[in-house]
Amino acid sequence: MNWLTNFVRPKIQKLVRPKEVPDNLWHQCPKCSEMIFHRELEKNLRVCVHCGHHLRMPVRARLRMLFDNEAWTEIEQPTVAIDPLRFKDRKRYSERLKDAQAKTGLKDGVVVAHGTMGGINAVAAVFEFDFMGGSMGVAVGEALIAAAELACLQESPLIVLPSSGGARMQEGILSLMQMARTTVAVDRVRDKGLPYIVVLTDPTTGGVTASFAMLGDVALAEPGAIIGFAGARVIEQTIREKLPEGFQRSEYLMEHGMVDMVVHRHELRAKLIQLIGLLMHKNPSADVVNLAPSARRRKPEPDRAAAPPDPTVPDMTFDDR
Amino acid sequence: MHFLDFEKPIAELEGKIAELRHLSDSDGMNIAEEVSRLQAKVERDLSSTYSKLTPWQKTLVARHPDRPHAVDYIKALVEDFAPLAGDRLYGEDAAVVGGLGRIKGRSVMVIGLEKGRDTETRIKHNFGMARPEGYRKARRLMNLADKFGIPIITFVDTAGAYPGVGAEERGQAEAIARCIQTCLDVRVPLICVIIGEGGSGGAIALATGNVVLMLEHSIYSVISPEGCASILWRDGEQSKTAAEALKLTAQDLERLGVIDGIIHEPTGGAHRSPEAAVSAVRDAIETQLSQLVKIDAGQLRARRRDKFANMGRNALV
Repeated sequence: MNWLTNFVRPKIQKLVRPKEVPDNLWHQCPKCSEMIFHRELEKNLRVCVHCGHHLRMPVRARLRMLFDNEAWTEIEQPTVAIDPLRFKDRKRYSERLKDAQAKTGLKDGVVVAHGTMGGINAVAAVFEFDFMGGSMGVAVGEALIAAAELACLQESPLIVLPSSGGARMQEGILSLMQMARTTVAVDRVRDKGLPYIVVLTDPTTGGVTASFAMLGDVALAEPGAIIGFAGARVIEQTIREKLPEGFQRSEYLMEHGMVDMVVHRHELRAKLIQLIGLLMHKNPSADVVNLAPSARRRKPEPDRAAAPPDPTVPDMTFDDR
Repeated sequence: MHFLDFEKPIAELEGKIAELRHLSDSDGMNIAEEVSRLQAKVERDLSSTYSKLTPWQKTLVARHPDRPHAVDYIKALVEDFAPLAGDRLYGEDAAVVGGLGRIKGRSVMVIGLEKGRDTETRIKHNFGMARPEGYRKARRLMNLADKFGIPIITFVDTAGAYPGVGAEERGQAEAIARCIQTCLDVRVPLICVIIGEGGSGGAIALATGNVVLMLEHSIYSVISPEGCASILWRDGEQSKTAAEALKLTAQDLERLGVIDGIIHEPTGGAHRSPEAAVSAVRDAIETQLSQLVKIDAGQLRARRRDKFANMGRNALV
C-alpha cells in the first residue's frame, strides 16, 4: 500500500497533471493578499504596489539599493568551524546548512560589502533571512567582526541591516556567545569615532535584537517590521492576554522611544546618505536624491493601509516551518 | 527536603535510616551499626549518581528549589554589605539584587539574578526573570564600580529575561544589549559565576567577565531544553534529547572554551550542603580576585574584549 501511495501514485499524477505555470511570476502580498507581478515587485523594491507593505528582501537586492551606481564589493569571509556541536534534531545541522547554502547561494546568513554611498565610503553587513531565518551563529559573528574591522580600516561608517529570528540554536552556547562578540565588533567602530547605523528590517528578534541591533548610534526601521526580544507567542503564553495592536512593529517601537525613525524603503538610501554625511562632516554628492528612479511610490489606498497587521508573528528563535 | 526523580533510591535509604533512628529511640535498640552501614551506602549511591548525571538531570539539579541562590552567596561571602536599588530611569527590579560590600577586606560590587525561595520572595524577585529595569540597574552598579575602581562579581541564575508586554515596550532587548556592552567595557576585574541556570540572553547580560566560572551541576544555554524541543523537534517531550544536543553542562562549556573554570559541588549537589557549596565558591572567587587585581585596568578591558571577540573561532568538540 505504501509503495503504491508513496511511489506509484505521485508518478502517475506527475504524468497526468498539466504543466504548471512557474510559480514565481506572481507574488501574493502577505498583508493585502493582492497579486503583484514579479517584475513590478522587484522594480518597486519589493514594496507592495497595492498596500505599501514591505516584503522581505534578498541580500543582493538590498546591496543593489544601498550603494552608488548599484556597485559594491563583497568581502571574502573567513571560514569557521562547521557544525561545532555536531548538532542533530530531526535533521542534521550540517544538512540544514547545506540546504540553506543551496537555497541562497551564500555560505552563511550575512554578506559584508563595501562601496560608496553619496560618494562616501561605507561598509554594509546585510542579513539574508532565507538562510535559516537569518539566525546568528559563529559565521554571522565572524561576518560582523569582519565588517567592523573593514569599517575601522577604511575609516568609514558601518551600516547593518539585520533580518533574523535570533540565535542559531543548532550552535548552542556558541551562538549565544555571538551576542557578546558582535557587541565587541560594533564597539570597535564606536571606539574609532565612526558612525554605526542600524536599519531594523523584518524581523529583528531574540539575541540579535539584544546585542548589536539595538546598539546603533542611529536606529532606523522599515515600516511594519517585527522588532522585539521575546516572541509574541512566548509573551502571550506568559501573560495569558492578547497583545496590544501593532505590538512589536516598527511604528510601535518608535512610539516607545526605541528607534529614531521609520523610513520607507524608497527613501532609505537617501536617508542613510544624509545621516552619514551629517555624522562624518561630509557633503554627499548631489546625485543621490532617490535610489530607485524606476520606483514610483504609489499612495496606499486608505482602507488597505488600515488593514490589521500580519498575524504570522515569528518566534523568538529561528523556526524553519 | 525536595527529592528529584533520579534521587528516589537515595530518598528511600534515607527514609529507612530515619525510621531506624525513630525505632531505636522508642525501643532502646542498638542499631548504630545498621545506620552507619546505610549511611555509607547513601554516600556511595550519591557520589555514583552525581558523578554521571545526564544533561537533563543536571538541568533539574540546576533548578533545584533548595539550591543556594544569589542572596545566599551574597549573605555568606560579602561582609559589610550595602544593598543598592533602582535604575534611576524607571524603577526597581528585585530580580536583580546587588550592592557594595567587602570580600577579605577588599571593596567589591556584587550583582546577582535572584529567583526567590518561597511564594512571597519568588513573586518579589519575579522568579529571577529580570525586566529592562533590572538590566539597567545592573549597568548602573557596574558603572559605579568602574568609577571607583571596585571589582565586580556577578551571580547568574535565571531561566531568562522576562517576556512581557511592558518589558518589550521599555526595551528589554536594548537593556540587555547595553548591559553586555557595559560588562565588556568596564576597566575593573569582572568575575561571573553561573550558580544555577544560565538562561539565554537574560544570563549572558551579566556573564561576559574576565573570568566566567560555573558550578559543577549548573547549566548555561542559548535556549531551555524545553523551548528547543518544542521548536526543533516540535515535541515538548523531547527535552532530554534537546538537553543532550545543546551541550549545556559546565563540562561541555569548559571543553568548548566558553567558560574558564568549574567549581566543584559537594557530593549530592549544592542543595545537599549549601555551606560546602558557598565555601567552594568563596575559594574560587578569592583565588581569581587576587590574580585579577594585579592586572592593569586597560589590560583587563582589552583581554576581556579579545576573549569574547574570539568566542567560537576554531571551536569544535
